[in-house]
Amino acid sequence: MPAVSKGDGMRGLAVFISDIRNCKSKEAEIKRINKELANIRSKFKGDKALDGYSKKKYVCKLLFIFLLGHDIDFGHMEAVNLLSSNKYTEKQIGYLFISVLVNSNSELIRLINNAIKNDLSSRNPTFMCLALHCIANVGSREMAEAFAGEIPRILVAGDTMDSVKQSAALCLLRLYKASPDLVLMGEWTSRVVHLLNDQHMGVVTAAISLITCLSSKNPDEFKTCVSLAVSRLSRIVSSASTDLQDYTYYFVPAPWLSCKLLRLLQCYPPPEDGAVKGRLVECLETILNKAQEPPKSKKVQHSNAKNAILFEAISLIIHYDSEPNLLVRACNQLGQFLQHRETNLRYLALESMCTLASSEFSHEAVKTHIETVINALKTERDVSVRQRAADLLYAMCDRSNAKQIVAEMLSYLETADYSIREEMVLKVAILAEKYAVDYSWYVDTILNLIRIAGDYVSEEVWYRVIQIVINRDDVQGYAAKTVFEALQAPACHENMVKVGGYILGEFGNLIAGDPRSSPLVQFNLLHSKFHLCSVPTRALLLSAYIKFINLFPETKATIQEVLRSDSQIRNSDVELQQRAVEYLKLSSIASTDVLATVLEEMPPFPERESSILAKLKKKKGPGAVSVELEDGKERGELNGGADRGGEAAIAASNASTPSPSSDLLGLRSAAPVGGPAPSAGSLLVDVFSEAGPAASSTRVNDDGFLSALHAPEAPDSRLAEGPGDADSAPPSAASEDPAPPLPESDELLNKFVCKNNGVLFENQLLQIGIKSEYRQNLGRMYLFYGNKTSVQFVSFTTTVSCPGELQSQLNVQTKPVEPLVEGGAQVQQVINIECLTDFVDAPLLNIKFRYGGALQNITLKLPVTINKFFQPTEMAAADFFQRWKQLSQPQQEAQKIFKASHGMDTEVLKAKLLGLGTALLENVDPNPENYVCAGVIQTKIQQVGCLLRLEPNAQAQPGEQMYRLTLRSSKDTVSQRVCDLLAEQF
Amino acid sequence: MIGGLFIYNHKGEVLISRVYRDDIGRNAVDAFRVNVIHARQQVRSPVTNIARTSFFHVKRSNIWLAAVTKQNVNAAMVFEFLYKMCDVMTAYFGKISEENIKNNFVLIYELLDEILDFGYPQNSETGALKTFITQTGIKSQSKEEQSQITSQVTGQIGWRREGIKYRRNELFLDVLESVNLLMSPQGQVLSAHVSGRVVMKSYLSGMPECKFGMNDKIVIDKQGKGGATDEAGKSGGGGGKQSIAIDDCTFHQCVRLSKFDAERSISFIPPDGECELMRYRTTKDIILPFRVIPLVREVGRTKLEVKVVIKSNFKPSLLAQKIEVRIPTPLNTSGVQVICMKGKAKYKASENAIVWKIKRMAGMKESQISAEIELLPTNDKKKWARPPISMNFEVPFAPSGLKVRYLKVFEPKLNYSDHDVIKWVRYIGRSGIYETRC
Repeated sequence: MPAVSKGDGMRGLAVFISDIRNCKSKEAEIKRINKELANIRSKFKGDKALDGYSKKKYVCKLLFIFLLGHDIDFGHMEAVNLLSSNKYTEKQIGYLFISVLVNSNSELIRLINNAIKNDLSSRNPTFMCLALHCIANVGSREMAEAFAGEIPRILVAGDTMDSVKQSAALCLLRLYKASPDLVLMGEWTSRVVHLLNDQHMGVVTAAISLITCLSSKNPDEFKTCVSLAVSRLSRIVSSASTDLQDYTYYFVPAPWLSCKLLRLLQCYPPPEDGAVKGRLVECLETILNKAQEPPKSKKVQHSNAKNAILFEAISLIIHYDSEPNLLVRACNQLGQFLQHRETNLRYLALESMCTLASSEFSHEAVKTHIETVINALKTERDVSVRQRAADLLYAMCDRSNAKQIVAEMLSYLETADYSIREEMVLKVAILAEKYAVDYSWYVDTILNLIRIAGDYVSEEVWYRVIQIVINRDDVQGYAAKTVFEALQAPACHENMVKVGGYILGEFGNLIAGDPRSSPLVQFNLLHSKFHLCSVPTRALLLSAYIKFINLFPETKATIQEVLRSDSQIRNSDVELQQRAVEYLKLSSIASTDVLATVLEEMPPFPERESSILAKLKKKKGPGAVSVELEDGKERGELNGGADRGGEAAIAASNASTPSPSSDLLGLRSAAPVGGPAPSAGSLLVDVFSEAGPAASSTRVNDDGFLSALHAPEAPDSRLAEGPGDADSAPPSAASEDPAPPLPESDELLNKFVCKNNGVLFENQLLQIGIKSEYRQNLGRMYLFYGNKTSVQFVSFTTTVSCPGELQSQLNVQTKPVEPLVEGGAQVQQVINIECLTDFVDAPLLNIKFRYGGALQNITLKLPVTINKFFQPTEMAAADFFQRWKQLSQPQQEAQKIFKASHGMDTEVLKAKLLGLGTALLENVDPNPENYVCAGVIQTKIQQVGCLLRLEPNAQAQPGEQMYRLTLRSSKDTVSQRVCDLLAEQF
Repeated sequence: MIGGLFIYNHKGEVLISRVYRDDIGRNAVDAFRVNVIHARQQVRSPVTNIARTSFFHVKRSNIWLAAVTKQNVNAAMVFEFLYKMCDVMTAYFGKISEENIKNNFVLIYELLDEILDFGYPQNSETGALKTFITQTGIKSQSKEEQSQITSQVTGQIGWRREGIKYRRNELFLDVLESVNLLMSPQGQVLSAHVSGRVVMKSYLSGMPECKFGMNDKIVIDKQGKGGATDEAGKSGGGGGKQSIAIDDCTFHQCVRLSKFDAERSISFIPPDGECELMRYRTTKDIILPFRVIPLVREVGRTKLEVKVVIKSNFKPSLLAQKIEVRIPTPLNTSGVQVICMKGKAKYKASENAIVWKIKRMAGMKESQISAEIELLPTNDKKKWARPPISMNFEVPFAPSGLKVRYLKVFEPKLNYSDHDVIKWVRYIGRSGIYETRC
C-alpha cells in the first residue's frame, strides 16, 4: 500500500500548520485557511477516490482548522469512512474527529454507531478501546441507548483484555453519569462487584470508580462490595512497596486505588461482620502506623501520596465514628500536621479536626491541641487557613475552655480579616451565650465584642443580649453598671448606644443610687450620644427617655424639654417626630399610675432558638450542615443538662429552614390589626409591645392616642422569618398548572382551618409560607414567597381576587411585592383582611413570574375561612344549654355524621378545636367524651354566636369510628359552612 | 486632551509610546494590546473603552495608532488629529510601515513633542513643521531666520512662511472622488454617494491670495439671478450638468470661513506645497460609471451558474482603468470554471471569490463573464447568504459632476499676475464601496 511508504508523518499537515503559525495577521491566517478549505473541498468532491492516507490527512487538517475556531461543515462522511479502515492511525483520526465534531443529532449517527458496533465486536483490543473511548467522549443519549446494553457485557466477559475492561468500566461510568436511567446494571451487578478481585490493578482502579458512583445511588445492590473492598485494601496496605511494581508510586503502593477504596467504604456504614471489621480496623491502623514511619523518599510526590491515603483513612474513621482508639490516633496524627511546614497540610488537618471535634470519642483529644490552633489563628499567613482555625476553635469549644477560646477569638477579632469578621462575631456571641457560667461574663464579652467590632455586630447579637438581660434578674444591675461605664468612652459604637439606651431605660434605676450614676447623669450621658446616632437609634433613645420619666420622675422636666425642642418635635423624620409628640403628650397627660402601667418593665421573653445561631446558619448556607450537626451533638452529649438546652438541638433538627423567629422584641401575638399603615421603622413597638396579650388589651382602652402606639409591625422586623415550621409543612404540591386554581388548593385550604401558620404551597421553584393573625373581624396575613432556585424570578406579581359574591363579603387589601426575587431570597407580602359578613368561598391568590424566561402561573386559594374570625366565649353549663335551646330552629342547626379519618386522640382533637378559634368548654356535656365549644364570629355587620358539639364513638373498632358533629348558630349559612369545614378536619 | 499616544506593530509590540499625562499608566499599553489587537473577536469599533480609559485607534496597513485618554474628550478631534499625524508621517518618511517607523523613531518623538503639547494638539501643518523639524542636519540659522520661525509659528498665518520665491509660478489642482453605490439585483439604486477631495499643490512666490470657484449650485443660482451671463458652467459640457448640489464640505484651515459663510466664495492664502483644500460629499445626480447586471442560477444542490455583465456608462472617448469585479462564491465551493470575453478572471480560494480584472475599458461598452461553480454538499442547512458583487475602477472624470470654474491668484506685492501662473486641473473618479446585490 502506498500509505505505508509515506509513513504517518503527514507532511502536508505539518506544512499547513507551520504556514498558519507563520501568518503575520489574522487576515492572512483566514486567507490561508480558506485556501486550504477550498483545496480539501475539491479533493473531497465525489468523483475522485481518495486513499486512506490522504483522507486521514485532510480530516486531520479539518480538525486542526476546527480547533482554531472556524466552523467546519463538511468532511464528516470522510471521517466516518475512516472508521472502517483497518489501520490504527486512520481509525484513530476518524474517532478523534467524530468525538470532537459530530454532534448527537447528526444524521450520520447511525453510520457511526454501526462502525462502533463493528469495532466492539471485533476481537482487536485496540479497536475496542478506540470505540469505547469514542462512546465515552461523545456520551450522548443516543450513544447510551445504543450501547448501554453492550458495554456491561464486555466489562464482565471472561475473555476481554484487561485494557479493554478498564476502558469499558470508565465508559460505562460516563454513560451512567450522562443518562442514569438507561444504564441498568441489574443482572451484571454481582459480576461488576467481583471486578474488585481482578488480578489487574488497572481494572480494579477503573471498576472502583464505577462502583463508587453506582453504589452511592443504590447502596443496597452493591452491599457486597464492602468485604471485597476491605480485603483488597488490606492486601495493598500490607504489601511491601515493591510488590505492586507498576502500581507503586514513589514507594507508596497503589495510592490512587487505596484512596478510591477508602472512599467507596465511606458510602457504607461500618461492616457488621466482625472479621471484615477487624480486618478493616487493622488496615486503618496500618495506615496510621505508616504515617509515623520515616519517609522513604524526600520527594514531595512520596509524601503527597502517603498523606492522601492517610486523610482518606481519617475521613473514613470519622465517617464510622465508632472506634475511639482510631479516632484518638487520627486526632494525634492531625495534631502533628498542625505544625507541618506545608500550608496545605495544615489546612487539611484543621478541616478534618473540625469534624473530629464533633465526635464524642475524640473531642477531648482535639482539645489538647488548643494552643496550636490558637497559635495558627494568630500566625497563619493564609486567610483560608485562619478561617479553618477559627472554625476548629468554635467546634472544640466547651464549658471547660470557653473562656479561653472566647478571649482568644476576641483578641484575634481586632486584627481579623474583614471577610471573616462578621462570622467571627457571631461565633463569639454564640459561644459566649452557650457556655456562659455567669452572665456577667457574658455581658462583658458581648459589650467587648461591640466595642471591638461594632460594625460587624448584627442586630441579632444585641437583641440577644437584651433578651438575656431582661430574662435574668441577677445580671440586670451588673449589665446596667457595665453599659453605663462602657458609654463613658468618648466614642462608642452605635450598637453600644442601642444596648445602653435599652438597658438603662429598663434598669437604670438599679444603679441610680450611686451619685456617680444618678438619673440625670445617666440621661445626660445617653443624650450626649443622641446627635451622633442614626434615626433608628435615636428613636430607641427617645423610648428610653420616656422610660426614664417613669423610672425617675425628677428627670421629667429635663426630658420634656428635650422632647419639646424643635429638633425633636419638628424633626424631618416622621418616626422621631411622632415619638416626640406622643411621648411628650403621654408624659404630661397620663397619671403616674397609667405611666407605670404603660411603661412597665418588659416582661421576660419566651425562650426560643437563639436568633444568632440561625443567622450563622443562614450565613453559612446549606454547606455548613456539619457544624450544625456537631452543635446538636455537643449539646446532647457533652453539655448535657445545660440550662438553656434544647435550643441548638432544635435548631439542628430543622436546620434546613430559616429560624422561625428573629424579631427579638417579638410582638407576634400583641400586634393589633388595622392600625395606621406601617411607618418606615415602626420602632415604637419595641418599647410598647409585649408578649402577653393580656397586657395589650388593657392598653388599648387606656387612652385615645395610645392605640396609635400600636403601630403594626413593620415588615422589616420580620424579614428574617421563615415560612413556618418545617414539620407542619404540607406535602409539596408540585404542579405547573396555569391560571385556574390548583386541584389540590381545596385540600391546602383545609389544612389551614385549624392553624394559622405553615407552608401553603411548595414546588420545585417556589415555596409560599403563611403566617396570619386575626382579631375580631380583622385579619392580617403574611405571605412569604421563597425562591428555591438560584436564579432570580423576574416580573414577580401576585394578585388576590375575591370571586363572585365574596367581593361584598370580604375586604382584602394587599401590598404589591418587589417584582424581582433573587435566587434563594424570600419576599414578604402583607395582606389585610376585613370580614364584612359571613362568607363561604376563599379568596384566590394568583402568582405570576418568569423563571428563566418561562412564565409561571399559579393560582391558589388563600386560607381565609369563616372560623378565623371566631372569638372564644367561655360559658357555664347552664348558659350553654340555655343558648343551645334558643337556637332550636331547624335551619339554625347543621349536623354531620362522618367517619374518622384520623385517630381519636383526645389531645389532638382538643388542639384542633382550639385551633378552630372557639373556646373549648370543659364539664359542660354530661358525657365526658363529648366536646363542646362556643364562640362568636365577628363580622363587620353582625356577630354570629356559634355553638358546637362533637360526639365521637371512641369505643368502636378502629376504622369504624364515627363522629357526630352538630353546630348551632344564629345564622344558617354559618352553621352549614363551619360544619363543612370542620368535618374535613377529623 | 489626549493622555498618551502609542504605535504598535501587527503583533501588538509597542513601537512608539509617548505619554502626555500622569493619569495614563504603563498598563494602558498592555490593556489596548490585550483587549483590541489580540482580541478574540475582531474589534470593529475605533473607540474602545477599557477600565474607564478610552482608546481611539486607526490602522494603517499593519500599524496601529492609538490615542489614549481618561477624560471625556471630543472623539472627532482625536481622530482628526490621528489622521493628521498619519499625513505628517507620510510627508516625512513615506509609507507608514513598521520598518519606516523603526528607522525614524527619533523623528517621530520629535514630531510628537511638537504637534501635541500636554495632550493638546498644536500646529500640525507639514509645511510649517518641515521648517524647524528637519531630517537632515540643521545648519546654523541666522538670527533673522530664527526670529522668523517664532513669528511664523505663533503668527496669524502659521501654515506659510514669508519670502518664498519660485522662478515659475505653477499650481496643480486634483479633484479626487470616490463613488459609493449599493444597487439591487434589478438595477435599482439603494444608496449612492460621492465623497471627494480637492487637493492643491502650489509653487507660488510670496504670499498670494487665491480664489477658487466651482460649479456649486448655490453660487451659480445666485449669479444667474443677478442677470450675469456667465457661460462657464455650460461650456464645461463634460456631464452636461451645469451645477451640483454639495451636501456638506470642510475646508483646509487656510480658507477664510467668514467669507465663505457670507459670500460662499473660497478665498485663501495657500500653504506651500501640497494641501487638501477641501472635502465634500454629494448624493444627488451622481453619474454611475458602471452598471453591473448579475444573474445567479442554482442548479441542484451541487452546482451554481453565475453570469455577470458590466456596462460602462460614460463618454466613449474616456477610458476607465484598473477595473476589477469581485464575485463572491459560496463557502462550500469545490471547483470553478470561468469564461470571460475580456480581461482575466480567476477563482481565488483564499478570498472565496472570483476576481475578474480588465485593464481598461472605453465608455458605452459592455463585457460579460460566466462561471460554473461546483459545490460540495454539506449537512449544514444554512443557505448561502449571497454577498454582493463588488467592483473597483478608476475613471478620468468626476462622478459627482464637479467642475473647477476658476482659480485666481493675486499677489499685490510681487510682480506677477494671475495670467503668469501656470495652472493644471485633473479629475480622477475612483470606486469606493461599489456593490451590486445578486
